[in-house]
Amino acid sequence: MKKFLLLVLSFSLLTAGFSQSEKYVKAMESKIAMLDSAKTADEYKDLANSFERIGEAEKTQWLPYYYASYCSVMAGMFSLPMDGGFGDNSAIVDPIADKADKLLKQALGLTSANTETYCVEKMIAGLRMMGNPMARYMTEGPKAETALANAKKANPENPRIYILEGQDKFYTPEQFGGSKDEAKVLFEKALSLFEVYKPDSSIAPNWGKATVNYFLSQMK
Amino acid sequence: MRFSRFGLLASFLLSIAVSSYGQTTIKGEVKDGKNNPVSGASISIKDSYDGATSDSAGKYSFKTTEKGQQVLVFSNIGFKTVEQTIKLEGGILTMNATLKQEISELTAVVLSAGTFEASDRKRAAAVLDPIDIVTTASANGDITGALKTLPGAQQVGESEGLFVRGGTASETKTFIDGTLVNNFFFSSVPNIAQFGRFSPFIFKGTVFSTGGYSALYGQALSSALILESIDLPEQSSANLGISVLGVSLGYQGLAKDKKSSYGFSYSFTDLSLAFAVIKQRQDYSKVPSYHNADANFRIKTSKTGMLKYYGYFSSNKLGFTTTSIDSLGYLDKFNLSNTNHYHNLAWKENLPKKWKINLGLSYTNNTDDINGAMQDEDNNDVLLSGLEGKTFGVDTKGNYFNAKAVIEKKMKGLSAVRFGTEYNYSKDNYTYTDYSGNKYPGGLKEHINSFFAEADVYATNDLAVKGGLRFEHSALLGKTNFAPRLSVAYKLGKGSQASLAYGIFYQNPERKYLPSPNELSFMRADHYIAQFQKSINQQTFRAEIFYKKYHNLLKTDLLGFTEAAVNNNGFGDAKGFEFFWRDKKTIKNFDYWISYSYLDTKRDFLNFPYAITPNFAAKHTASLVTKKFVQKLKMNFNASYNYSSGRPYYDIRRDGAGYKFNDQGTVPDYHNISFSINYLPKIGKKDAKSFAVYVLQVSNIFNIRQTYGYQYSYNGLRKQEIVPTSRMFVFLGAFISFGIDRTQEVIDNGL
Repeated sequence: MKKFLLLVLSFSLLTAGFSQSEKYVKAMESKIAMLDSAKTADEYKDLANSFERIGEAEKTQWLPYYYASYCSVMAGMFSLPMDGGFGDNSAIVDPIADKADKLLKQALGLTSANTETYCVEKMIAGLRMMGNPMARYMTEGPKAETALANAKKANPENPRIYILEGQDKFYTPEQFGGSKDEAKVLFEKALSLFEVYKPDSSIAPNWGKATVNYFLSQMK
Repeated sequence: MRFSRFGLLASFLLSIAVSSYGQTTIKGEVKDGKNNPVSGASISIKDSYDGATSDSAGKYSFKTTEKGQQVLVFSNIGFKTVEQTIKLEGGILTMNATLKQEISELTAVVLSAGTFEASDRKRAAAVLDPIDIVTTASANGDITGALKTLPGAQQVGESEGLFVRGGTASETKTFIDGTLVNNFFFSSVPNIAQFGRFSPFIFKGTVFSTGGYSALYGQALSSALILESIDLPEQSSANLGISVLGVSLGYQGLAKDKKSSYGFSYSFTDLSLAFAVIKQRQDYSKVPSYHNADANFRIKTSKTGMLKYYGYFSSNKLGFTTTSIDSLGYLDKFNLSNTNHYHNLAWKENLPKKWKINLGLSYTNNTDDINGAMQDEDNNDVLLSGLEGKTFGVDTKGNYFNAKAVIEKKMKGLSAVRFGTEYNYSKDNYTYTDYSGNKYPGGLKEHINSFFAEADVYATNDLAVKGGLRFEHSALLGKTNFAPRLSVAYKLGKGSQASLAYGIFYQNPERKYLPSPNELSFMRADHYIAQFQKSINQQTFRAEIFYKKYHNLLKTDLLGFTEAAVNNNGFGDAKGFEFFWRDKKTIKNFDYWISYSYLDTKRDFLNFPYAITPNFAAKHTASLVTKKFVQKLKMNFNASYNYSSGRPYYDIRRDGAGYKFNDQGTVPDYHNISFSINYLPKIGKKDAKSFAVYVLQVSNIFNIRQTYGYQYSYNGLRKQEIVPTSRMFVFLGAFISFGIDRTQEVIDNGL
């Protein structure tokens, strides 16, 4: 009986230990699966909140904070008025960018800066710039560029780098250096990298393929 | 052992039981302090994955398998986090929460009465972007030129400075990084307004207060222009500018660690070319030419500390003659040569426990050599009897030193306490040389010591109060003053707010009327301002009413050759209302603002026989400023229209015991339409190694006749209009910045 109980105990402890990380991975997987289908600010905000909860509960994992930061930026992008032009939307964008910044810093407290965190850093600077493009492209633009250069330096095979570059080329008016053709080349490069890209784990960053396909379908 | 066996078994069974039956549904509503739903709020059970996000109606619902006593956390961007202890025992649990807004610069009400801000920082108060200063067509690239399109400032064209709400230009003081600037404009030339000395590009923030400003600033009866210099540049760059007025070049170097930078620039301006094309009213013997040089360094002394130096040197000369109205066939000669250097050192640092320190020092040395004479048609100096006074020389030397220390303690939210001290030293020496070569030297020294303290109290996001006190002692007057200031702002609704400001402001008598044979005191103005502002969706509306009461203004009398202060018996008042409307939304890529000021003012000061509307005050002033950016052309089209109703003019003469009007009237209304195009061929091109801006600017494009006032002959029998030096003016220039490309640097560091 004593042995049996000990066995049960050790088993239950073992499974508890396992189930803890299994629970984490499962929770993350289910949220990550929703990333590519999110299309509104509300959906991204919900995902950002979910990832942040996981991060707060786990305390030692950087990925939940990383995803929470990424989702916050996306929520910010979708919060911009559809036809904001070059106006001042800083009141909408800045609090969200501040939050994304804070979440990214929390992630960076748990891991060293890497190609993925640099990509999000680039996105935050991009979001801030969108808050008031005319007044900020001189200050936020170089920050975004530096972050992207760092991302490339850390891992030039990361497809997300080329998605971000492609989006910049896609949305920038031609007279300002944008180019749909160059964007297409970048998206195609990202797509070919996805073919060979091996994420470290089932919950490691691997988003963006759907985005690439969307843009490529727009340019047919 | 027996107990532990039983305990283990029990807990094992219990855990199975709980996991099967212990699911609880938590639902509820999240609202803000005004009972409006809060969407996007995160609701979570502390240290668990379970939670939800509130929907657009503020509602949420989720299931959890957690059990027992737990903490439910409600959080959202811009709100204070709320925690509630709950007990989970299955079933449905309804938990509602009210979130309070966090007091933050973004959402809090802004103390904006009497204040216009051009900055990217405090958004709610900033109605202008820093870039607006340089893209306003009528501004001619001059800071005060842009501010003259805002309500409160007059369209005075015959002399430099900001004439605010019935005040003279000397009632406006300019501060750079906290410290007073003594010669902000180039030295005065009769009937020709001079430009500011400093480039608008060296400032990142501009606050233009038309009244009711903070106790941190003093010695200005009407207005304070508070400029904040830029910090570290984003990258190293070299600049080259070529225009019809001259050439400029400069370099800014940013250290590799991005913790320090240094820079210098030099410009040579010569109006020969411009004056050859555009006929001037004056006949120039020495066409205005300016050598300007500046240098700066900026060092990050710590994570939050910054030390900044800016130094400026200028040497400039001009000489011209105009047809004399005193004696037919003769000319009036005016020559000016000026050298000026200005140094500003500022240090700011955050100290532990939310303390912050700002120190500033500035030194100015200014020399003016002016001489005037009458000339015959062959440009030979002549002395005409009865008009000997028109042959003179004035040499002035000014040395000015200013120091200021401000210590700040941040309190809860945005509340803060600030206190500090300011010291202003001035030493003016002058020599007046009369027609026979007799020299009359003079000089004046002044020390002003000031102490100030103020507190910002933000009770909620909706109510803010700023109270301050300023104490000043003037060594020259041997007097002290004590000035209270108060402003209040209250948020009325989304984007709208009301604010009030009150304050007493003191200023020393203007030095050009000193010394006085009699004992003098400070001049005083009391301000009362009420403002309403609504700002949403890139549209801003602002209305302000004000009342300003002047006490102890300077009265002057003719003592020998000069007009000197005799007492402080002057007085006056100014009242009016102003509107401002800016709209960036209605038309895409089109931005415009309209401002209107109504001013009713009278004062008795200087040599006025009694209280009259002064010649620098127009009843109605209005501006329309438009900016249109055409993406396809990469061009910015800017146009502006300035209007002011006719100002009064007077010829006041000493007659027996007192001053009397020899003549008076009203000048015609003033209209000015200006236009400019900026062409930015490389805008947005990330890989561009250079950035160019081409500028074409035309002021008074329709050649409208503008009259500023009248000048009178010595004997008062003839008068002549004071008009601009030319009707229309055209400026054409190219400014190219060569960015030192950092791509290579990034790659190099990686290898």
